[in-house]
Amino acid sequence: MSKANTTVAPSGEELVFTRPASLVDRPTHYCPGCHHGIAHRLVAELLDEMGVIENTIAVASIGCSVFLYNYIDADGVESPHGRAPAVATGVKRARPDKFVFTYQGDGDLASIGMAEIIHAANRGERISVVFINNTVYGMTGGQMAPTTLIGQKTTTCPAGRCLEREGAPIRMAEIIAHLGGTAFCARGSLDSVKNIRQAKKYMRQAFEVQAKGFGFGFVELLSGCPTNWRMTPVAANKRIADEMIPYFPLGVYRDVVADGTCGSMVAGGE
Amino acid sequence: MAGNKERLFVKGNEAIAMGALAAGCRCFFGYPITPQNDIPEFMSKYLVEAGGQFVQAESEVAAANMLLGAGACGVRAMTSSSSPGLSLKQEAISYMAGSEIPAVIVNMNRGGPGLGDIGPSQGDYFQSTRGGGHGDYRLLVLAPSSAQEAYDMTFDAFDLAFASRNPVLILGDAIIGQMKEPITPREPKAVDPAEGGDWRLIGAPKSGPDKREHRIIKSLFLNDGELAGQNMKLQAKYEAWKKLAACETFEVNDAELVVVAYGSIGRIAKNAVRNLRAKGKKVGLLRPKTLYPFPEKALEKLAKAGKRFLTIEHNLGQMVEDVRLSVRHYADSELFCVYPGNMPSPDDFEAPILRALGRK
Repeated sequence: MSKANTTVAPSGEELVFTRPASLVDRPTHYCPGCHHGIAHRLVAELLDEMGVIENTIAVASIGCSVFLYNYIDADGVESPHGRAPAVATGVKRARPDKFVFTYQGDGDLASIGMAEIIHAANRGERISVVFINNTVYGMTGGQMAPTTLIGQKTTTCPAGRCLEREGAPIRMAEIIAHLGGTAFCARGSLDSVKNIRQAKKYMRQAFEVQAKGFGFGFVELLSGCPTNWRMTPVAANKRIADEMIPYFPLGVYRDVVADGTCGSMVAGGE
Repeated sequence: MAGNKERLFVKGNEAIAMGALAAGCRCFFGYPITPQNDIPEFMSKYLVEAGGQFVQAESEVAAANMLLGAGACGVRAMTSSSSPGLSLKQEAISYMAGSEIPAVIVNMNRGGPGLGDIGPSQGDYFQSTRGGGHGDYRLLVLAPSSAQEAYDMTFDAFDLAFASRNPVLILGDAIIGQMKEPITPREPKAVDPAEGGDWRLIGAPKSGPDKREHRIIKSLFLNDGELAGQNMKLQAKYEAWKKLAACETFEVNDAELVVVAYGSIGRIAKNAVRNLRAKGKKVGLLRPKTLYPFPEKALEKLAKAGKRFLTIEHNLGQMVEDVRLSVRHYADSELFCVYPGNMPSPDDFEAPILRALGRK
């Protein structure tokens, strides 16, 4: 629990858990057990803690999270499917003093938007990207995603994803980490309290490299989609731990602050 | 550069870039494609020197979406391309029209379909004037016929885009882009820093005098009746544009036959009309300067006065549909097509004009 969320109620009681100011007070449209709600909350907590909400422009993508702009209390723009990093590039170039982030799912970012994410990272655009990987197209009803695991059944690979037929699941954090403009890149998970706490730390770093002008910040979040996985929320969390994390290992894949190369990332650097 | 009364000898493409700079363009997003490369090349130097942002995007798709992002922030921004590139930009153009984001888009039309060639063509008339992407929407479409007009129309396009919160398309071709001729630049525009203040994204203050609700710029309207309302709003906007329709007329008063042609072909046709006038032939010219809105009232007036019409286009017959719709109560229009891949001269137009004049 962050101190920012500790406050005193009119009754005098100390409230130890409240809605972040940057999170709009309205019910979400997400399914029971969906992790978007947790990821949204982490975004809002960080915008509160970093004090940047009034200076933020959010870029929503296509998929369940298109409605991000209804929940985050910042100015926001919608982008076509996969194009959020290009839209965010335009926003940041037009308003370099703003805090700009995209929030994208795996179909959006790793399939139709592959060119946009690779090149925004490679240019070192001073933006941050929150990447929700739940191995499935959610809003359209559970089709195969580029991240769908081998053997996983979806509505467009009903026999299970087959390496020979559909290729291997794409590991985005590993790819983004190798691009010259990436200042921070990590993969976290939202399946347990421990992992959620760690994921928030990664998100903070992905946000801070933008704020400090070091470069492109990227955080991948392994997330559950109980509806399209045909599972209970508890079983979905177990699937993340048992099946996803072994294929998509958690951790930091690039951190120019930690490895001491951040000086070369800023204008006029070595 | 701009700002004094000296004349400059430049390509049409350079005139467009100069017009954009003088109009206060702050961001340019482009991708290489012939025959428009002079525009991004110019911007990569002079826009950056002027403190603006130039990005060579990874694709036409990305360039158009960067334009969307900058436009949503209320910043004057532009992209340019040529026909195959415009096909790729249509996704973002539809989103910009749907979410009412101002931007300036340049198409230096080349031959098609497919890869076509790199020479001039007017084959993108339908794509430009019918929307081009998915859904019901329109762009303001301006068609220059000289380097000066390319400069002026680009200069004005930013004001039009912001006044109407809509993308504006400049439709030139390889002739306009590559031809070098003198232009007179205008005084650079002092853009109001508060431009777009009631809708642009700039961060939502939570306290103080500027406190406001967070803004959302979007084209998604799922609630019952909401999209219909947005479409009605857009249609009303397009209807209000009709007063912006503009055209050049030449020797139409006593003409029996009026040639209708736009852009570079309009200019070549004007020479043909001038040559035929010297031979005593009663022919005139109407050159649409705006393709959307189309100058239908001017055409209807001429039709009502008993004129006959010949549409000349550098395609297989596209604008002729709008000419026929404009004059339909009183007349029809004949059609002479120059196939993309061929370069016409005024002499090529004399015979078809005389044929049409002779048919009563």
